[in-house]
Amino acid sequence: MNFRWEWEVFLRDTGGGETYLHWMFSAWGWTLSVAACAWIIAILFGAVIGTLRTVPSLLLARLANAWVELFRNIPLLVQIFIWYHVIPSLYKPLQEVPSFILVVFALGFFTSARVAEQVRAGIQSLPDGQRYAGLAMGLTLPQTYRFVLLPMAFRIIVPPLTSESMNIIKNSSVAFAVSISELTLFALQAQEETSRGIEVYLAVTGLYMLTAFAVNRLMAFVEQRVRVPGTLGAAR
Amino acid sequence: MSALDLSFFNADLVRQFLWNGFVFSIQLTLVAMAGGILIGTLLALLRLSGRSWLALPAAAYVNTMRSVPLVMVILWFFLLIPFVIGRPLGAEWSAIITFTLFEAAYYSEIMRAGIQSVSRGQVYAGNALGLTYFQTMRLIVLPQAFRNMLPVLLTQTIILFQDTSLVYAIGAYDLLKGFETAGKNFNRPVEAYLLAAAVYFVICYALSSVVKQLQTRIAIAR
Amino acid sequence: MAMIEMKNLSKWYGSFQVLKDCSTRVDRGEVVVVCGPSGSGKSTLIKCVNALERFQQGEVIIDGISVGAPGTDLPRLRARVGMVFQHFELFPHLSIMENLTLGQIRVLGRGADEARDKGVKLLERVGLREQAEKFPGQLSGGQQQRVAIARALAMDPMCMLFDEPTSALDPEMINEVLDVMVELAQEGMTMMCVSHEMGFARKVANRVIFMDRGEIVEDALKEDFFGKPRSERAQQFLSKILHH
Repeated sequence: MNFRWEWEVFLRDTGGGETYLHWMFSAWGWTLSVAACAWIIAILFGAVIGTLRTVPSLLLARLANAWVELFRNIPLLVQIFIWYHVIPSLYKPLQEVPSFILVVFALGFFTSARVAEQVRAGIQSLPDGQRYAGLAMGLTLPQTYRFVLLPMAFRIIVPPLTSESMNIIKNSSVAFAVSISELTLFALQAQEETSRGIEVYLAVTGLYMLTAFAVNRLMAFVEQRVRVPGTLGAAR
Repeated sequence: MSALDLSFFNADLVRQFLWNGFVFSIQLTLVAMAGGILIGTLLALLRLSGRSWLALPAAAYVNTMRSVPLVMVILWFFLLIPFVIGRPLGAEWSAIITFTLFEAAYYSEIMRAGIQSVSRGQVYAGNALGLTYFQTMRLIVLPQAFRNMLPVLLTQTIILFQDTSLVYAIGAYDLLKGFETAGKNFNRPVEAYLLAAAVYFVICYALSSVVKQLQTRIAIAR
Repeated sequence: MAMIEMKNLSKWYGSFQVLKDCSTRVDRGEVVVVCGPSGSGKSTLIKCVNALERFQQGEVIIDGISVGAPGTDLPRLRARVGMVFQHFELFPHLSIMENLTLGQIRVLGRGADEARDKGVKLLERVGLREQAEKFPGQLSGGQQQRVAIARALAMDPMCMLFDEPTSALDPEMINEVLDVMVELAQEGMTMMCVSHEMGFARKVANRVIFMDRGEIVEDALKEDFFGKPRSERAQQFLSKILHH
C-alpha cells in the first residue's frame, strides 16, 4: 500500500465555481439546520406526547402511546421515504413543500417518540405528593403540570436529552437518501467526483465529531444552569 | 394515482423481489448481534480490566464508533475494506463486517453496565474460591450480567434491525431495497413504501412486546 | 356549623375496600386528630376531603359544598383548604419565597408584591424569614415542613388538613413543627390532623378519631378518648404508642 495524502483536493473547483471546501461547509450548515429544526419539533411534540402519557384520561394516554409505538418501530430511513415519496402523493398540496421541510418533520417526529419516552419517565419519577401538593393548593391539572411537574421533569431528563440531541445530529445523516445536500451526501458525491475518499471522509467525520462535542458541551452548560440548589450534585 | 392499489402484491412478487432482501436483513441482524455481543463483551472486559494499556484503546474504539453516524461508518468500511484486503468486496459482505464491528461498540456499553450491576461481593466470592480474574468473569459475573441485561440487549437488537435499512447507502440488497425495487418494477412506489413500513413495524413491535414481557418476568424473578 | 362533613364514605382500590362507611364532622374552630395503625386508611380518608383521592360512595361536604358533585369547581374549593403533607412536598425547583407565592399569584390572582408581603409575614411567623431566597433542598426537614405550613396559610384557608406532618421528621425536629401547629390551633383554625402525636392531641384536640382497617372505630371527645377508649383495638393501639 502506498498512500499519499492529497488534502489539496478541498481546494479543487467543483465545476460550479466554488471549492470542495466551500461545498463541505455549506453541507455542514444543512446538517446543522436539519438537526436544529428537527430538534425543535422533537422537543415540542415529545413534551406534549410524553405528558399526555401520564394524564388520567385513558383515551389521551392510549393515543400518545400509539404515537410513540408508531414512530419508534419503523426505521428512520423508511419514515423519511414515506414523508418524501408517499405523503405528498397522497396529499397533493404537499408536493409544493421543499424536501428539507419533509425531512425535518420525518426526523423530528421520529425523535419525538424518544423524547416522549424520556418525558414520561421524568414525570413518573416524581413523587405522587408533588402532584397532590399542586392540586391541593388549588392549581388546575394543567397548571400543576406547567408549574410543578414539568419544570422538575425536564431538569431530571437533561442527561438523556443530551444523548438524544447528539443522536439527532448523527441521524440527520440519513437525509442524504432524499438528496438533502448535507454532510453525508457531500461525502458520497465528493468521494465519487474526486476519488479522494479518505480525505473527504476524514474531514466529514471530523465535522460530525466536532458538532457532537459542541452539542455535548452546550447541554452540559444547560444542565449546570438549570440545576436546583440543594439537590444532588449542586453546590450548596 | 389516487387510491392505494395493493393488487400487485402477491406470492410471486414476494419470491422474486422480497424474499432475498428479507433473508439478508435477518442474516445481517443475527450475525451482527452475535458477533457484536461477543466482541462487545470482550471490549467491556478490556475497559474494566484496570490496566490502562488495555482499557484506553478499547474506550477509544467504543467512543469513536459511537460518535460517528452509522451511515458514515458504512461508507468508511466500504471504502477501506478493499484497501486492506486488496480486492473489492461486495456490499453485502461489507455490511456484515461493518455492522458487527459497529454494534460491538454499543453492545459493549450495555455489557459494561451489566458487569457493573453485579455486586462487588460476587467478585470477592469468586476470588476467595481461588478462581482467576477471567474464570471469575466467565463463570460468575458474565452469566449474571448477561441475564440482567437481556432486555436491553434485545432492545439494541431491535434498533440494529431497523438500522440495517441503512445499507441503502452502499446499495446492498436488503428488505427495504426489495420493496423499493418491487415498487419501481410495478410503478407502485407509494404502496411499496407503505408495505415496507408495515412489515418493519410488525416485526419491531412484536419484538418489543417480547422485551416488555421479559422485563416484567425478570423484575418478578428478582 | 360543620366545616367538614363526611357521610357514609366508602372507597375501593379494585376489589379492596380501603374506606368503609366512614362518617364524621369537623366543626368550625374545632381540632380533630385522626390516628390509627398504618394501613388503616387514615391517610386516604384525609385525601378524600379535598378530593385528591376519588371515592365511590358517600359524600364529603366542605363549607356547604359537596366535593364529589360533578359540577364542583375543585381547584377553587381546594384553594380554600390548606394541606400539609408527610413528605413536605415543597416544589424543589422554586425558592422558598416562590413556593409561597405560586398559589397566591396563579390561583388567587394576587399581585406579585402583595403575594411577597404575605410570604414574608408568614415566614416570619414560622421563624424562617432569612431562608426566603434558599431552595427547599437546602433546608432541614423541620424547616421544610414549617415552610409547607406557611405555604398553605398563604392561601388564607378556611381550614387545614395535616397528613402525618411529623412522621417523616427526625425526632429533634418534631417539636418545632408541633409548636407551629399548636399556635395555629390556639388561634382558632379549623384543623383535621392525621397524627400519632398524642401529646399534641392532648394539648389542643377537641376530638380524636381512631381508625382501623378502613373503619372509624372511635370518634370521641378528647377527654373520653384518653380516659376510657371503648374499643379493644383502640386500647391496644394506645398502649403501643404510649409505651415509650
